[in-house]
Amino acid sequence: MPKIKSLEELRKLREETIKSMRVRKSTSTKITVGMGTCGIAAGAREVMHAILDELEKRKIDANVITVGCIGLCAEEPLVTIERGGQPGITYGKINVEKVPKLIEEHLIKGDIIDEWVISRG
Amino acid sequence: MALYRAHVIVSIDSFSILKGAIEVKDTLIDKLKKYKLDQEVKVLEMSTLGQIKDVPVILIYPEKVVYAPVKVEDIDEIVEEHLLKGRVVKRLIKELPWLPKKPKLEEARIVLSNAGLIDPELIEEYIANDGYVALGKVVKEMKPDEVLEVIENSNLLGRGGAAFPTGLKWKFTRKAKGEPKYIIANADESEPGTFKDRLILEGDPHRIIEAMVIAGFAVGSHIGYIYIRGEYALVIERIKNAINQAHNMGFLGENIFGSDFNFEIKIHKGAGAYVCGEETALIESIEGKRGEPRTRPPYPPTYGLWGKPTVVNNVETFANVPPIIRNGPDWFKRFGTERCSGTKVYTILGNINNKGLIEVPMGISLRDVINIYGDGIPGDKKFKLAQTGGTSGSIIPESMLDVPMDYASMMEAGAALGSGALLICDETNCIVDLLKPLTHFFNYESCGKCVPCRVGTTKIYKIIERISRGGGLNTDISMLEDISKTMAATSLCGLGQAAAVPVLSAIKHFRGEIETHIFDKICPLGVCKI
Repeated sequence: MPKIKSLEELRKLREETIKSMRVRKSTSTKITVGMGTCGIAAGAREVMHAILDELEKRKIDANVITVGCIGLCAEEPLVTIERGGQPGITYGKINVEKVPKLIEEHLIKGDIIDEWVISRG
Repeated sequence: MALYRAHVIVSIDSFSILKGAIEVKDTLIDKLKKYKLDQEVKVLEMSTLGQIKDVPVILIYPEKVVYAPVKVEDIDEIVEEHLLKGRVVKRLIKELPWLPKKPKLEEARIVLSNAGLIDPELIEEYIANDGYVALGKVVKEMKPDEVLEVIENSNLLGRGGAAFPTGLKWKFTRKAKGEPKYIIANADESEPGTFKDRLILEGDPHRIIEAMVIAGFAVGSHIGYIYIRGEYALVIERIKNAINQAHNMGFLGENIFGSDFNFEIKIHKGAGAYVCGEETALIESIEGKRGEPRTRPPYPPTYGLWGKPTVVNNVETFANVPPIIRNGPDWFKRFGTERCSGTKVYTILGNINNKGLIEVPMGISLRDVINIYGDGIPGDKKFKLAQTGGTSGSIIPESMLDVPMDYASMMEAGAALGSGALLICDETNCIVDLLKPLTHFFNYESCGKCVPCRVGTTKIYKIIERISRGGGLNTDISMLEDISKTMAATSLCGLGQAAAVPVLSAIKHFRGEIETHIFDKICPLGVCKI
């Protein structure tokens, strides 16, 4: 690693490091992925990886949390997005291909993709 | 930099290691690999958050769930249920009073702000929490005199027990003639019951390094020593690692921050003598001589290591320096009392529910510490006494529980804050039985250089031991008082002076109980075998 020569360089390094520690800070966006046996079988783990990649690519601050089955096994993988204290929007049957669009529409543009939604609030 | 969805933090500190934390961490890493979770869950090491009873602790982010105590057998369940399926393992959840979600009275963390929350083996995590900003500011934007000014204005007092103003000590050293000058961090923490420095160093080693370099810049020194107790293997390992990392980043060595200021830090391991925690004995020990205190004056700021001007500060004192530089002296003075700014780290132990480490503003009463942070005394037992400041501290009866704990108020009340160990004893403890190991300890640890301490500690122990067997003489109490007062007045160093403190305060507050042992030949609590 190159030596730090100024406060400016230190600040830059600090910003970079904070990014990697983001998971330990609370953010205003919470993405919950259903990770019961049913969810895992339906591909929830791959979906979560895709979400993490997408967040990284687009530099979005969010906490990704896994939860158990909520009883809607037929609709798995389930992804719930909560922003800024608003009630969560739950999307059903999310797959890896749908993830980029989901992040783009919901988190960047702020539009809810109605046809994928299975529950609100 | 890969993004992880979860950080799992395992407490790796000396308490946890004894209870199998390394095995827990290794099992955890194996299990995560087995379930192919190692790309999305990151495992980190941390020092303790302050609690020492239920360890090892596992802390999982972003949910902020705390599991404790965790055994190797529990890892399967934690990985399969929590990390794989997202179901919290309720049976292992532990509510930690130190975690921010349950704010207590006004615990303020300055010294421990990073302990238990960052990985001490990664310099990046320290940097992410404002690490080395103070050093950069000092080296790039300040003059040595300005640094001295800030430290002096902050009213920071030495945290090793003597409470000498740190700014003044630095100033004396700067003004003293002689080159080179030295900076020494005293991490030879051997006061029984005190382990704050170990946890500060284990949890946040870079903070001490940063502070030592700042001290070096302020007093015009280029070499620092950390004198670490030899038993602190983990501390030594982490400090070594931190020194290497700081070197690589240009915070240590030559041309720090690209300036023309150079500073090196060397580690010196202590060999286990209690007296080497005394600054001049410590200096002798670094010089390769027997660890025996010097006659003072001259004091280390004028005549220290190799006869050169030297700053010797306690680890906790150094730990306060970077935040003071970053936030200014007025910020620091907002904590604590008017006469003693800042916070104090205490280690609480004895008959108390929550044993461990806390940091509170100066001036909190012992009653609050026991009832709020310590969560009271177990069983329905009543409080009998507390010993503040480790083995050499004074014994405090119930009537003094409301004295604000800062250096000045405690001194006025005839007690001492010392290093910050708080031993709490309930009503089942006998005062003579308590004094026996204390006096034996000083008898064993006296270095033998000066007569009052060498002879006094032996005499005191023999008398106490005799009383505890039912062989006390009518003259014993006045004899104890005589010897103790002589030791306090004439011993060469703090060891002998302080050895008298618990004896004198015990006689002052619990004279009746000792007299019962001597005159009636019985132990009222049935503890001593008479």
